[in-house]
Amino acid sequence: MILHFTLNGQATRVECDPDRRVVDLLRQDLGLTGVKEACGAGECGACAILLDGVPRLSCLLLAAQLAGHEVLTIEGLAGGEAPHPLQEAFARAGAVQCGFCTPGMVLASHALLARQPRPSRQEIAQAIAGNLCRCTGYHKIIDAVRLAAGLSEDDS
Amino acid sequence: MTWPRPHLQLGLPPRPDALDKASGREKYACDFYPPGLLWAGVKRAGVPHARLRGLNLAAARALPGVTAVLAAADVPGVNRQGVVQKDQPVLVDDKVRYSGDALALVVASDQATLARALALIETDLEPLAPVLDPEEALLPGAPLVHPERPQGNLLLEGRVTTGQGAAALEGCAVVVEASFDLPRQEHAYLETENGWAQMGQDGRLTMVASTQTPFRDRLEVAEVLGLEPGRLRMVAPYCGGAFGGKDGVTVQSLLGLAALHAGGRPVKMWLSREESILASSKRHPARLRYRLGSDDQGRLQALEARIIYDTGPYDHLGGAVLTLGLEHAAGPYRIPHVDLHGQAVYTNNPIGGAFRGFGVPQVAAAMEQTMDLLATRLGLDPLELRRQNALKRGDVNPVGVTLAGSTGLAQCLEAVAGHRQWKEAPAWRAAAPAGQRRGVGLAAVLHGMGYGPVIPDVANAKVELTGEGVFRVYCGVVDMGQGNAGTFLQLAGLVLGQEAEGLELVLPDTDRTLPSGSSSASRTTYTFANALLPAAQALKERLLARAADALFATPAEMALVPGAVRHRPSGRTLPLAQLAKMLSPEERTATHRYRAPVVPERPSADPALQLHGLPHGVFSYAVHLARVEVDELTGLARVTGYLVAADCGQVLNPQVWEQQMQGGVAQGLGYALMEELPAPAGQPQHTDLATYLIPTALDLPPIECLAVPSWEESGPLGLKGCGEIGIDGPLPAVGNALAQALGRHLPQAPFTPERVLMALQEDGKGAGS
Repeated sequence: MILHFTLNGQATRVECDPDRRVVDLLRQDLGLTGVKEACGAGECGACAILLDGVPRLSCLLLAAQLAGHEVLTIEGLAGGEAPHPLQEAFARAGAVQCGFCTPGMVLASHALLARQPRPSRQEIAQAIAGNLCRCTGYHKIIDAVRLAAGLSEDDS
Repeated sequence: MTWPRPHLQLGLPPRPDALDKASGREKYACDFYPPGLLWAGVKRAGVPHARLRGLNLAAARALPGVTAVLAAADVPGVNRQGVVQKDQPVLVDDKVRYSGDALALVVASDQATLARALALIETDLEPLAPVLDPEEALLPGAPLVHPERPQGNLLLEGRVTTGQGAAALEGCAVVVEASFDLPRQEHAYLETENGWAQMGQDGRLTMVASTQTPFRDRLEVAEVLGLEPGRLRMVAPYCGGAFGGKDGVTVQSLLGLAALHAGGRPVKMWLSREESILASSKRHPARLRYRLGSDDQGRLQALEARIIYDTGPYDHLGGAVLTLGLEHAAGPYRIPHVDLHGQAVYTNNPIGGAFRGFGVPQVAAAMEQTMDLLATRLGLDPLELRRQNALKRGDVNPVGVTLAGSTGLAQCLEAVAGHRQWKEAPAWRAAAPAGQRRGVGLAAVLHGMGYGPVIPDVANAKVELTGEGVFRVYCGVVDMGQGNAGTFLQLAGLVLGQEAEGLELVLPDTDRTLPSGSSSASRTTYTFANALLPAAQALKERLLARAADALFATPAEMALVPGAVRHRPSGRTLPLAQLAKMLSPEERTATHRYRAPVVPERPSADPALQLHGLPHGVFSYAVHLARVEVDELTGLARVTGYLVAADCGQVLNPQVWEQQMQGGVAQGLGYALMEELPAPAGQPQHTDLATYLIPTALDLPPIECLAVPSWEESGPLGLKGCGEIGIDGPLPAVGNALAQALGRHLPQAPFTPERVLMALQEDGKGAGS
């Protein structure tokens, strides 16, 4: 089928099977390998994208579900001149180790900050609880989101 | 579009690799889809023990889109692989030894065709009685995993005795005894095993794989494929996690074989999560029995330890894992009489192999919980008991090695003793609300670094000034996520006086970088940086001398500054790009080989134990503290506070060090509380991350990390390894906290609500504690 959707701000037209997994469409057909795959079953969050601003798992989506929608992947988060503040904060706070969960974590955090600009540590933990990380123990990821939100340890 | 590069400074964030990873730009092995790509996959046995009578590959071969269907007879070289013992077939030729064994390899045009072809393969397997319990495996008449081995199912047995051995327990005022049962743990790295490979027109095979060991892989794969190692090029990008699970070949031999049959097209192989859990190595399940004796003051006198590791069907690194466990079995204490005995046993269960900690978390679990039993028996404070017996510099450790280097355990104990979480422990426990019980537990641990006395623990560093005047650092050892590659870049920048713009990194590539061993064993930064610093220094001295010649000056008058060499008295500068043009490629390159020191003591005359790594000379130390709250109704044990104080020598990058501590503790808390991969009938009970649970962001307490730095003379800038000491302590610290809360130790880990509840109910029946 011919599929029209907005991908990282660009009107996009692709031809593919309607039941192609979105993670395959993005990674293999469109080269957006910042979208990671680690379980293929909706358990880990590594393949998260934002669909109309909401975190969705691209391994559980089929191509036809993108029609007419806005898709944001990690590649589209920054403007081009400089990294997005969340990406800067992840790097600065030490939230990145192997980095395989990082794109999904950053996007889940981005969606959180869009609806809650001053999240507590607990709110952040809840927002990223569907994104598994095996390296960090999560605290530095939570630190990074707080840093990006301009919150210090003293803020609640 | 390129972003400005963040500043590069040893000791300060950000890690040089962080931004590319956070932007999705970093290319992992799995991120390559070259044009014309074929897909490879394997048919797995699905049964734990069987004779392979035959395979019917005809239907799969006839399927349109299938390029090749291969079986054992198609392996051109030696159809056995393994790091120490080559006992694992690439494709099964005689019999199946575990349910993850590979029977046939398919190469197809796309993933859907691959899946269809795999499903069309018919297997003819004659079931054999499996051996699934490591103790039963040692009994006469047990089914044999490798019938040709004279030692039967015993992979490796080791014994270390000192003083009067276990006989000294007779003379002890107090003896405590306990048994421990520890689970199989899955690595659960996010990037599952994968790679891609292509046979070039020049007859050379290039392979990009997610691996900790590209240089060793090259030799193994070359042997399997019957190729000269020089005809293989292995490239190792950043790994999406590994933790020991990619120490050794995973997909590489199969992928190489597929590439030989792909007509020059690139081939990709990427295990699904289910296949990864089915086929990959795990932390060894272990059974341990400890008897520990002291005098009436709590001075440790004697220890007897009996250790059994279920190593599954293949050696992998099981012998080395057992040996490191044996060496660490008596913990970080002075004990004059020990009798340590360990066995690694073949079974038809999943493969036991390398996993962060490498045999030490199991023995630390036993030793540290036994220490608390002893403290309770003596009526001593657990911290005081550890203080009394803690190894210090100059002591002889329990296996007879003189600790000539940094030994900071006592300082770690003092750091914990003075910390709020320890000082406030009694008040915190007493404040437990109704329906809750609280405990605070400790564990003191040590972790040896490197390969031991026989296998050369070597790194070869190379630094080049390119023709463009940029320094290129050739990193010979993999960065699986721990950040060593970035630290190498920072160290080179430090010696060579350069900023980020003046430095480039080359990740491991057998054609470009030099062999530097595995990314493992808490040795990665220690060993490679010890090669890198002299290499960078040599290049610096040569450049200063050549620049001085060019300016009719002396080297002492010259300084390396960003992008140039400056003549200090006159302020004249010679840009590095210009200097580079005056030098031959040889002159612009410096290399240095470093071999880590070995100790002269031999705790065992057994050459097998020495080969497998006994003993080590440099150790990191740590004291872990866990606060645990138990719900009496549900049995749920929650860790609400955690502290680790660790001596890892000098800390070069505090944030990276803390990443290692927190990450190790997080995996260790998973091991303590929730992670367990039983294999009833030889089949992993869980094959996904929905049922094999690892900690999420909601499951972990704050993890406070105190660096207790010492100076390790043999280390680069005083550093020791820090990759594993974080995972050695959580299970016993939590176990000891639980024991305090429940009044009894739980013999079986992980400490799930079910097990805790059972202990609580037994209490309720009046069994007491």
